[in-house]
Amino acid sequence: MTAEVRTEASAQGGLRAWLLAETVTGPGQARAQKLYLGWRRFAANPLALLGLGIVLALVLLAVLAPLVATHDPFAQSLDRRLLPPSSSHLLGTDELGRDIWSRIAYGARITLMIVLLVALIAGPLGLLIGTVAGYLGGWVDVALMRLTDVFLSFPGLILALAFVAALGSGLENAILAIALTAWPPIARLARAETLTVRRADYIAAVRLAGASDLRIIVRHVMPICIPSVIIRITLNMAGIILTAAGLGFLGLGAQPPSPEWGAMLSTGRAYMLGSWWLAAMPGIAILVVSLGFNLLGDALRDVLDPRSS
Amino acid sequence: MNGPILTVEGLSVTFPSLQGKVPAVRGVSFTVGREKVGIVGESGSGKSMTGRAILKLTPPRAQVEARHLRFRGIDLVAASEREMRGIRGRRIGMILQDPKFALNPVQTVGRQIAEAFRIHRRASGTEAKQRTLAMLEAVRIRNPHRVYDLYPHEVSGGMGQRIMIAMMLIPEPDLLIADEPTSALDVTVRISVLRILDELVSERGLGLIFISHDLNLVATFCDRVLIMYAGRIVESLPAAELHAARHPYTRGLLESLPRIDERRARLPVLARDPAWLIA
Amino acid sequence: MSRAFVSVRDLRVSFGRGARLIHAVDGVSFDVAEGEVFGLVGESGCGKSTILRALSGLNPDWSGEATIAGRPVARTRDPAMARTVQMVFQDPYGSLHPKHTVETALMEPVRIHGLGDGPRRIERVLTEVGLSPAFRYRYPHQLSGGQRQRVAIARALILEPRVLLLDEPTSALDVSVQAEILNLLSDIRRTENLTYILVSHDFGVIAHMCDRVAVMNHGVILEELTVEALMQGRMRHAYTRELYEASAGYTRRLERSGEEADVAA
Repeated sequence: MTAEVRTEASAQGGLRAWLLAETVTGPGQARAQKLYLGWRRFAANPLALLGLGIVLALVLLAVLAPLVATHDPFAQSLDRRLLPPSSSHLLGTDELGRDIWSRIAYGARITLMIVLLVALIAGPLGLLIGTVAGYLGGWVDVALMRLTDVFLSFPGLILALAFVAALGSGLENAILAIALTAWPPIARLARAETLTVRRADYIAAVRLAGASDLRIIVRHVMPICIPSVIIRITLNMAGIILTAAGLGFLGLGAQPPSPEWGAMLSTGRAYMLGSWWLAAMPGIAILVVSLGFNLLGDALRDVLDPRSS
Repeated sequence: MNGPILTVEGLSVTFPSLQGKVPAVRGVSFTVGREKVGIVGESGSGKSMTGRAILKLTPPRAQVEARHLRFRGIDLVAASEREMRGIRGRRIGMILQDPKFALNPVQTVGRQIAEAFRIHRRASGTEAKQRTLAMLEAVRIRNPHRVYDLYPHEVSGGMGQRIMIAMMLIPEPDLLIADEPTSALDVTVRISVLRILDELVSERGLGLIFISHDLNLVATFCDRVLIMYAGRIVESLPAAELHAARHPYTRGLLESLPRIDERRARLPVLARDPAWLIA
Repeated sequence: MSRAFVSVRDLRVSFGRGARLIHAVDGVSFDVAEGEVFGLVGESGCGKSTILRALSGLNPDWSGEATIAGRPVARTRDPAMARTVQMVFQDPYGSLHPKHTVETALMEPVRIHGLGDGPRRIERVLTEVGLSPAFRYRYPHQLSGGQRQRVAIARALILEPRVLLLDEPTSALDVSVQAEILNLLSDIRRTENLTYILVSHDFGVIAHMCDRVAVMNHGVILEELTVEALMQGRMRHAYTRELYEASAGYTRRLERSGEEADVAA
């Protein structure tokens, strides 16, 4: 099998040969090869590319919002209120005459910020708690996992509502609240993964080399758990976006006039019968982005999960 | 019924991959009569894939080709998946290395064996149970009534493998394929499981394909040995003459085994000759 | 025989508690001289691997006394011991971190002990185990079973220990690869003047590698014999003889072997 790899790789020149070469000359090449093979598996799945495309589109939309927006997202003009989609207002206007397309474009920034911040808070927190509990075991495990259970025992949105009610409404508090509800499933997952690797011989070997517990957790256990944590977070993104939208919808998240998609959907509800586009456009945006993250998460699972390969 | 139970001619298994087709089995031909045929080889030699290809149990992406794959007059190449289901288990049994993966963990072993019997022969529940208890006795389980009600996790490795043998033999197949059936067992247990297998196979006049990496074991247990290397059979000879093998690969393998009765400063290391891939 | 380099007295390890208490190792004593290869042979569950895990410090719950190179083996993990005793595991597929390159795996002990000269050390151990330095940037999944086991041996050697604990180092490998690894282990022992404790279930491997061997069953040593006695079949215990004969292959003789327990423990 390896013989074929070699002959094929040498037949093609340049970068591809370097990426498939048998003789690796540096750590950079080793890593690049691994990424390349992962990418090839990822790219072989059309749904994966669709998911990645949607997520990249969200990022582009957020970054380029000032360029792609046709109007000022906050500019009200009462004589142009509730206009249906047309060439001057691609997705119509809302009850205050603001351009919905421009608001959705700027709203992408809020969605992206929520997604990133939640991932950056909940991911490392869940990973740390899960691996420490799983690796150390004993009373540390019991204490950390009971704490996790307490958080897990409430539905995410309810818990987020409680946090926001306590912290006061607003986008920052909504993000914090969502992050606090998002880490427990990740901690559980990381712990389960840690339990399967902590008895592995390669962990025994590094213990024999004299490594401290902290070093083992950070350098040896976490790299094993990170792929599944990334997969889990990506798959949870849809839920996070929906929770954020839900909080916005209930008036507890982003506050008017900010163009948060959930809040837009909520306002649109009142005009649903006469002007469907007010609710439908942000609704579609939420749906598409959630779908994109789900597809991406599924595809990442196929690429990253060692059990599937 | 004379003549071979199974005839294999020009059997190949290939796997498509990113880098082109990877052959696992390359044009293998042999026959099996009422005898114990050993297939020996190292990992990746294609010995397991050969066993699976006979039952059409290769992974879905594998491409299997054969000029002939004939079992008791049935053309296995042309057989549909439905016909294969009637053949697998009922007419050709298969024993794998670890019985833990082959047994259903939430059903008692007795019920599973009885079920195997009833799927293939129409029989009442009581008859199936009778036959199962008799079969458990045949594989030398001392207390069949108690073992009948045990769950797979409650039995030891050697017992599990005897249960597998019972389950595979109860539909009275003509051919048994055993893929490393004793590799997970301790040496003393291994011998007792092999004795049971040996007796039942000769008593019932079955054909046995015994796939193993263990040269010594195959040489002492089987009647005939096929040695596989890189997807091909490089040598085929009576088991008793294995130690007089001529192919350099077989010779090299035998030489590289550490011996209990002779101390050599270094073990001869097998030098692989690319010519073995073609010759 | 010279003064004991590894000395074990009345080693006991038990798992579980109450009614399910199992004495995995039940009072084992033996001595190993410097430069000697000492074998522990027995069937699965006889306690042979448990002894290695206790001596290496992987399992701190044991009682008795053990000294290696004149130092008592501590119950708590002792980083200094890492430079005296190292271990090679059975399964080369499970003993290398799947996300670490060979270089990372070999560098880790060097970093932990704050030793300088990492790249030179890596090159030295890789050469010693017969791998070209080009292997440094490979991941385990790009290596064959034999190559992985060589990396595992290199990792054990990089701290320049005096004693290697070998836990069935070749039983997961093909016979031709086994021969290469056994030769390698013999060579390294000579050049580095190492002491080996080799656990195996294979009498052939034991006879090839060891000077003396202890036969274990149910957590105790049944008998200790020299390799000459083993090769000539001069054993006192019936169980040893049974193992010895079983290792020669299959015999049709109908004499019943020791009846196996019907129900798993």
